[in-house]
Amino acid sequence: MTGSPDLQRSGEGNALSLRATGAWTARFAPSLERLVADAEKLAGKTKDVSIDVSQVSKLDTFGAWLIERLRRSFTTATVEARIDGLSANYASLVDEVRRVSMAPDGDATTVTITGMLGQIGLSVAGILGTVAALIDMLGAVIVASGRVLIHPRSFRLTSTIHHLEQVCWRAVPIVVLITFLIGCIIAQQGIFHFRRFGADIFVVDMLGVLVLREIGVLLVAIMIAGRSGSAYTAELGSMKMREEIDALRTMGFDPIEVLILPRMLALVIALPILAFLGDIAALYGGGLVAWFYGGVDPEAFLLRLRDAISIDHFTVGLLKAPVMAAVIGIVACVEGLAVQGSAESLGRHTTSSVVKGIFFVIVMDGVFAIFFAAVGM
Amino acid sequence: MTQEISDPIIRVRDVTVQFGKTRVLDGLDLDVKRGEILGFVGPSGAGKSVLTRTIIGLVPKLSGNIEVFGVNLDAADRAGRRAVERRWGVLFQQGALFSSLTVRQNIQFPVREYLKVSQRLLDEIMVAKLVMVGLRPDVADRFPSELSGGMIKRVALARALALDPELVFLDEPTSGLDPIGAGDFDELVRTLQRTLGLTVFMVTHDLDSLYTACDRIAVLGNGKIIAAGSMADMQASEHPWLRQYFHGKRARAVMG
Repeated sequence: MTGSPDLQRSGEGNALSLRATGAWTARFAPSLERLVADAEKLAGKTKDVSIDVSQVSKLDTFGAWLIERLRRSFTTATVEARIDGLSANYASLVDEVRRVSMAPDGDATTVTITGMLGQIGLSVAGILGTVAALIDMLGAVIVASGRVLIHPRSFRLTSTIHHLEQVCWRAVPIVVLITFLIGCIIAQQGIFHFRRFGADIFVVDMLGVLVLREIGVLLVAIMIAGRSGSAYTAELGSMKMREEIDALRTMGFDPIEVLILPRMLALVIALPILAFLGDIAALYGGGLVAWFYGGVDPEAFLLRLRDAISIDHFTVGLLKAPVMAAVIGIVACVEGLAVQGSAESLGRHTTSSVVKGIFFVIVMDGVFAIFFAAVGM
Repeated sequence: MTQEISDPIIRVRDVTVQFGKTRVLDGLDLDVKRGEILGFVGPSGAGKSVLTRTIIGLVPKLSGNIEVFGVNLDAADRAGRRAVERRWGVLFQQGALFSSLTVRQNIQFPVREYLKVSQRLLDEIMVAKLVMVGLRPDVADRFPSELSGGMIKRVALARALALDPELVFLDEPTSGLDPIGAGDFDELVRTLQRTLGLTVFMVTHDLDSLYTACDRIAVLGNGKIIAAGSMADMQASEHPWLRQYFHGKRARAVMG
């Protein structure tokens, strides 16, 4: 019943008759395609063509379409190819595929100079668009916070606490571990290189200033951009995809107030706490390495640390944290709300949320360095 | 109850499915005949989709036996499973189109994976399937997010039919379609069944579909099949839920 298909040719002169046999089904599609392509080469040479399908044991849309394609290739202005021996069962299937008219091909993209220049222009405009979207979101968040200040009852405390747990409490172990290790590495490298000048003890100065001013907060901000920024984007993005955000809006809720403000607030509270813990962990790690590897005992370490750093270093570091948190949060929320309908779009915006978040954190750090140098901190 | 049918395409015996402590299917038996359109009805939440998903193998069962095309899917090896999966098509309730692929790529995806055919034939078959499900070929390069609900259903059906399966599972195929579209859809299912010898397992609530498209109706209740038979059998049944379902206001409107 399911013998492999064949297409036999017979007839001479102006008459050609093709006889299809066997199963013309999807399973045999590759060989069917070859048979039909071979037969199509005869097109245009004959006046009278008939395709006999009475011996076809099984037919599905693949087979029906290929027979129809064969018929079309033989049909010209003067020649009308016929399909003979079609059983009533399959007639409607062949009628169905006869309605098919070929669509234009898929869009072919051609690479041109103007096209490439256009791409560059679009990317530049895209950067401006990104900045505009960030400022737009910042404004929306400020307006929403203002509304919440006026009507404190509309503040979503439960949601904020929930997000605080997610981004702060659950992030503590990884943040502490990584900053601890980085503190160890900085101290080890410092001791290794300073020893050549006999300046081992200065490793404490370096560690203190570097960790408290820069590394502590920067490292934590980058980790939080990767950990919580991506989570925010994915959450908001999938809510956008399922029209949940539209649903909120139609019920008269402001998505900024309900979804974004609690998340932003949680981040702004969390990052200084995490940066503080990170600072301590890094100093602790550095102190341990200085003791066991550099021979600086804890008492000397603490004494030196007290001389080397002032409260300013610590304040500078922690002042940066909430601003960086706001930047990460705004980038993540803008990207989340920009997600379109597809899974691919969600992935792209989550990636771009992390990349842009880290980029803006570093830019902000540079801006702060200039600012604090100017005010003399 | 279900009468014994020789050579059923789907044979479900004593299947029990449980989620946590709730028993959704409880010793369920069901046969689907080759070449029929089986309409599967039951109250919302009775487990219609669960049974469909259990047969397809997406939901694990606690006990029981399911054979599709005479193959026990639990006992089959990977190759055996794939051979069966290639012979069925599934239309999910929400369409389940791949959101990052265009309509064209969605329909071509199973064909491309299973058959080595030229891009030209792939495109031609794609257009043929689109036309068969009543769509214009120019939707081919749109993404699922750019389609209406009804169009998503149709594209999903086209994808389910892409490999010309022998058996299709339709999970509420006409929900979300306008009555004319739903009527066309029923007509289409009937045409396909006639021409391709398709067996259709259709979960539906659409009385029109049950009336015009289905050969046989099975009713699920309390985790079991409470009735199976023709429309006339259903109307004659004394079961309270069936009486309400087939003699309610909406049913009278359909049957005139």
